[in-house]
Amino acid sequence: MKETYKKYIKVVIGLIVAYAVFQILFQTGMINSYYNRIIRQIGIFLISALGLNLILGFTGQFTLGHAAFMSIGAYTSAILTRNFGVPFLLALIAAAFTAAVLAIIIGYPILRLTGDYLAICTLGFGEIVKVFIQNVDYLGGARGISGIENKSGFTVIFVLAALCFAIIMNLIHHSSKGRAILSVKEDEIAAQAMGINTTKYKIIAFAIGCGMAGLAGGLFAHFSQFIDPKSFDFSKSFELMTYVVLGGMGSLSGTVIGTSILIALPEWLRGLSDVVKEYRMLIYAIMLVSMMLFRPQGIMGTKEITVAGLKNFFGKIKRIFRSSSTSVNKGKEA
Amino acid sequence: MSLLSVKNLTIRFGGLLAVNDFNLEIGEQELYGLIGPNGAGKTTVFNMLTGVYTPTGGSITFDGERIDGIKPYNITAKHIARTFQNIRLFGNLTVLQNVMMGYDYQAKSGLFSSIIRTPKQIKEEEKMHEDAMKLLTIFHMEDLAEEKAKNLPYGQQRRLEIARALAANPKLLLLDEPAAGMNPQETAELTELIRWIRDEFKISILLIEHDMKLVMNVCEKITVLSFGQLLAAGKPEEIRNNPRVIEAYLGKRGA
Ligand SMILES: Nc1ncnc2c1ncn2[C@@H]1O[C@H](COP(=O)(O)OP(=O)(O)OP(=O)(O)O)[C@@H](O)[C@H]1O
Ligand SMILES: [Mg+2]
Repeated sequence: MKETYKKYIKVVIGLIVAYAVFQILFQTGMINSYYNRIIRQIGIFLISALGLNLILGFTGQFTLGHAAFMSIGAYTSAILTRNFGVPFLLALIAAAFTAAVLAIIIGYPILRLTGDYLAICTLGFGEIVKVFIQNVDYLGGARGISGIENKSGFTVIFVLAALCFAIIMNLIHHSSKGRAILSVKEDEIAAQAMGINTTKYKIIAFAIGCGMAGLAGGLFAHFSQFIDPKSFDFSKSFELMTYVVLGGMGSLSGTVIGTSILIALPEWLRGLSDVVKEYRMLIYAIMLVSMMLFRPQGIMGTKEITVAGLKNFFGKIKRIFRSSSTSVNKGKEA
Repeated sequence: MSLLSVKNLTIRFGGLLAVNDFNLEIGEQELYGLIGPNGAGKTTVFNMLTGVYTPTGGSITFDGERIDGIKPYNITAKHIARTFQNIRLFGNLTVLQNVMMGYDYQAKSGLFSSIIRTPKQIKEEEKMHEDAMKLLTIFHMEDLAEEKAKNLPYGQQRRLEIARALAANPKLLLLDEPAAGMNPQETAELTELIRWIRDEFKISILLIEHDMKLVMNVCEKITVLSFGQLLAAGKPEEIRNNPRVIEAYLGKRGA
């Protein structure tokens, strides 16, 4: 138990250092406000993608409506802060909660079935949410809601992203509930034979994952200051899926990498020469396709980045470097 | 009173009467064999005992309680555990995690304490880890603990499945062809293991097996199933000399 807490303290210290570094870079202007905005955007979508990874990567449930839950969170928090003067953090909690409750309501009948019913139903659910918002004047209809207060600063995004990461990490890798969730993906019949109510765990994972989407939606509303039904349509769900798949389904550090790359890359390509700019989306697509061809399990597979893993990795590189230099020497002797 | 009592158990798949009017009595700490030619309905009986299939007729009483028609995961909580004919391990999880899965439904920590990791939850997790390692040591698999289950050789996978089932704390253990695909030496070890498990854990074991030597060696009582019909039940020597059994089952092999 002591070791567990020691590890916790190390992680917390690491996070504080990382936070401080970011803050210093912001304050000194080494990261300008343009990049600050991209970093915050990465953080927001990371929260949503982590939730998606819980559903898709760890539980093996195929959902196509993740962005719809972001939309629910976004509208919930925007309406609460704008029309009712609810404090921002409270509105965020409400956003996550509303999305999670809706996930339970639609997940309960569907997740009892085995097969890809969830994909079809969540796809339909996404459309329903979009059409519903488009037709309700109170929600701004197709025009959307503008003039939402700018509240999603770096600090709140950083803390919430770290929290979501920790929640899934603890749950999946250090608890019987997490093993139950993993067993659902592995073999549902065997899981039931081990006394696991698989439906229950599918619903739990779906609710937590969608709750994170709702939270991310709430942050997004107070980040872009404008939301409309189209901000969260199917293509957004699909984008979120590419973040998870590129990083590796079932790897949280993979999701961090995948989300960062896929949000930063198009921005970075935009900044390059005119030729690149023109073919920006093409380059992006080619990179994704070749990734899927050469490493279909994603960058990280199901592995996590750990301190021991990093040491091992750098050790290997050192060894390769050394052995190549010695073989060069041998060549000279011969 | 017997531990398991199956009366007139029947199941139909459309027009196929897969098991008809099947009866079975298993006592405490009994080693019991269920044999029969391919397609006789043996696995189907297991699937009804464990709630995977709902019987169309008859009753299953376990430990004084009717359990037919109950969900599979609730059957486990009533202390019946099983292995599968076509091994069903959690292939991408480690050997250790597979065994710990057996303990998981018995865990007391809730969802919230798992997320924030209360001291109690951490202790419980550590205890499970310890127990699982002990069980793996008994099975001589402690060195494989961190290996992915799918990377184990076939014989080891079968043994791991038994270890996982034992972790679920059964009073009755159902083994579906545990010797399938094993070489003679592994089968001999398995014979010993099955006896040892019964004595050590003081549980009953119901065994489906095509390996006659193993069944005759290890089982105290045997029931024979053929085309879904109960053919005979009794001690191994009675079964061996039963003309109907010889005709339907052993005779066919002799020919
Ligand atoms: N879900 C199902 N739907 C339809 N038929 C089934 C189903 N499950 C089993 N059967 C049929 O029931 C019969 C008995 O099958 P079962 O698997 O129980 O045989 P078995 O005795 O275990 O045979 P084996 O020794 O080959 O494992 C077979 O004819 C099989 O095709
Ligand atoms: Mg069978």
